[in-house]
Amino acid sequence: MLYRTAGQFKTSYAEDHALFPVRQDAMLLGVILLFAFVILPLTASAFTFQALLIPVLIYALAALGLNILTGYAGQLSLGTGAFMGVGAYACYKLITIFPELNIFLAIALSGFFSAGTGVLFGLPSLRIKGFYLAIATLAAQFFLVWLFQKWGWLYNYSSSGAIQVPNIEMFGVTVTGPRASDLVQYYFVLVVVCLVTWLAINITRGRIGRMWKAVRDMDIAAELVGINLMRAKLTAFFVSSYIVGVSGALFVFMWRGAAEANLFDISLSFRVLFIAIIGGLGSILGNYLGAFLIVALPVVIGAVPAAFGIPISSSTVEHLNVMTIGALIIAFLILEPHGLARLWAIIREKLVLWPFPH
Amino acid sequence: MNLHADPAAFAEPDDGIAKGAVLLEIRNISLAFGGVKALTDISFNVRKGEIRAIIGPNGAGKTSMLNVVNGFYTPQKGSITFRGRERRAMKPHHAVGQGIARTFQNVALFKGMSTLDNIMAGRSVMMKRNILWQMIWHGPALKEEIAHREVVEEIIDFLEIQHIRHTPVGKLPYGLQKRVELGRALAMEPSLLLLDEPMAGMNLEEKEDMSRFILDVNQQRGTTIALIEHDMGVVMDLSDRVVVLDYGKIIADGAPDQVKNDQGVIDAYLGVPH
Ligand SMILES: Nc1ncnc2c1ncn2[C@@H]1O[C@H](COP(=O)(O)OP(=O)(O)OP(=O)(O)O)[C@@H](O)[C@H]1O
Ligand SMILES: [Mg+2]
Repeated sequence: MLYRTAGQFKTSYAEDHALFPVRQDAMLLGVILLFAFVILPLTASAFTFQALLIPVLIYALAALGLNILTGYAGQLSLGTGAFMGVGAYACYKLITIFPELNIFLAIALSGFFSAGTGVLFGLPSLRIKGFYLAIATLAAQFFLVWLFQKWGWLYNYSSSGAIQVPNIEMFGVTVTGPRASDLVQYYFVLVVVCLVTWLAINITRGRIGRMWKAVRDMDIAAELVGINLMRAKLTAFFVSSYIVGVSGALFVFMWRGAAEANLFDISLSFRVLFIAIIGGLGSILGNYLGAFLIVALPVVIGAVPAAFGIPISSSTVEHLNVMTIGALIIAFLILEPHGLARLWAIIREKLVLWPFPH
Repeated sequence: MNLHADPAAFAEPDDGIAKGAVLLEIRNISLAFGGVKALTDISFNVRKGEIRAIIGPNGAGKTSMLNVVNGFYTPQKGSITFRGRERRAMKPHHAVGQGIARTFQNVALFKGMSTLDNIMAGRSVMMKRNILWQMIWHGPALKEEIAHREVVEEIIDFLEIQHIRHTPVGKLPYGLQKRVELGRALAMEPSLLLLDEPMAGMNLEEKEDMSRFILDVNQQRGTTIALIEHDMGVVMDLSDRVVVLDYGKIIADGAPDQVKNDQGVIDAYLGVPH
């Protein structure tokens, strides 16, 4: 009996508002955090950090940002990749102009640049919905990537057109650039991701989260209960783009180490969108599950045949990966539109009843 | 702080209008959609504390009338005076701000949200903690959330929907959805409640429950109610005064008995041409 809810009664609304009304959920989270903060760092290889742990966290954060906009507030966006780019370029310019600036602060500030850009490109959402809004965000996507290419000031007029992350220290430890260690970068990303996730959970479970969901489910009725549609939509664009921007800064500074404009092209937008869909729209947990699946898939596809001694070329891995992701997207859209998060909820419900199904 | 957390908040809404005085005055409202005249020169009033029924055959313009009152439609002619303030046209946020809440003929709930969240959403405007407090959650935001939750739980008890508190409303049967929608409107603590066919599609038992809720809201909380209803029995039992529309015009206005025996009304319902 893994999940026993019997005997756990709530005696106040405060307890009912707790993040984990069921004790086992809190314990499970404790175990996951123990793994994330202690066991994985002690055991992971450089490859695991680079190919799995760090990208999973960063992609999950990007998907979380998109999920706030699309899953919670119901506004579809295809510009996630470009907004990540805004965060990354903003961070690069910040540390160029203010070399003394603490990198943690620089990343936190760079989110505001993409938040501002997000609100700007979110303005059409006050007039148009659904498919047409998606097209408007698509225009933002292409425009911004074009800007990243053409505006030399953004990449300090480097001849390659790329930005190169310098070695930056924080409290005497190198956290970015070629000299930074995987372990340090992993911890940096982990702390940022945990912090942002906690804040996002808080926003989504209260008044503002309800406001977003109300706009998503029926905007006319939302207006009728006094929700200001314009403010609801624009705060969603702001918060979402802020998180996406931070993830973009982490993406370049804590993982890739360098970037050029086309890193942020439409395929990155789709990748993040797929994570959010497979993970589950309107869920926080889903972003982690989805990111894990999408990032781990090519690693597994590459490693499994090799383990059995079957030679597999990297292009075959790539093809298999794309095909599997495509199949997964279709399967989820048809069979379980609420994604992996919903599957977990179903398993959890079963465990609560187990071993007595009735 | 204006949290309305104490049960005293359920006492008569303080809208500065004495019981029995005119709360809503509709004057010479005309509304057309292209060539379709939905409302023609409509004038009637709603008095504070009463239950006012609006009846009439299908397509008579009843829903359009409510849409004008809460600002979804802008009439071409006429004026609306609510709580002593005259407007050429309401806007939805004026209506909400001044204490008009409503339910819809085809339930307009937030389908993906639970019963509790739907009703909590009714208190959106009363909740003031900004995004920074929300982000931290523990502290003022949580305190505010709990204060409003207590009020909402009272509404849940009143409507006897405790068992579906955490159920997504999209999964509820129609009758219960109508009840949740009433709960959301009540959570706004309105001084005027507009109900568009609150009992449509309900069985007898559900209708009796809903009638009881409407009467209790009116009597215990002093909420003024304007309702559209097709079931004549219900209208006669519940309402203090009835206004009858046909083809966008008022054909009768008065006490239920008086209206029931009016020849024009009988003809309209029997479809006698005129
Ligand atoms: N948005 C609109 N656009 C065009 N015509 C409309 C619109 N809303 C209402 N009408 C027309 O106005 C007239 C009155 O409609 P309304 O919905 O107010 O009637 P009703 O009395 O509520 O009828 P029912 O009992 O069927 O609900 C109808 O002829 C309808 O077609
Ligand atoms: Mg109608």
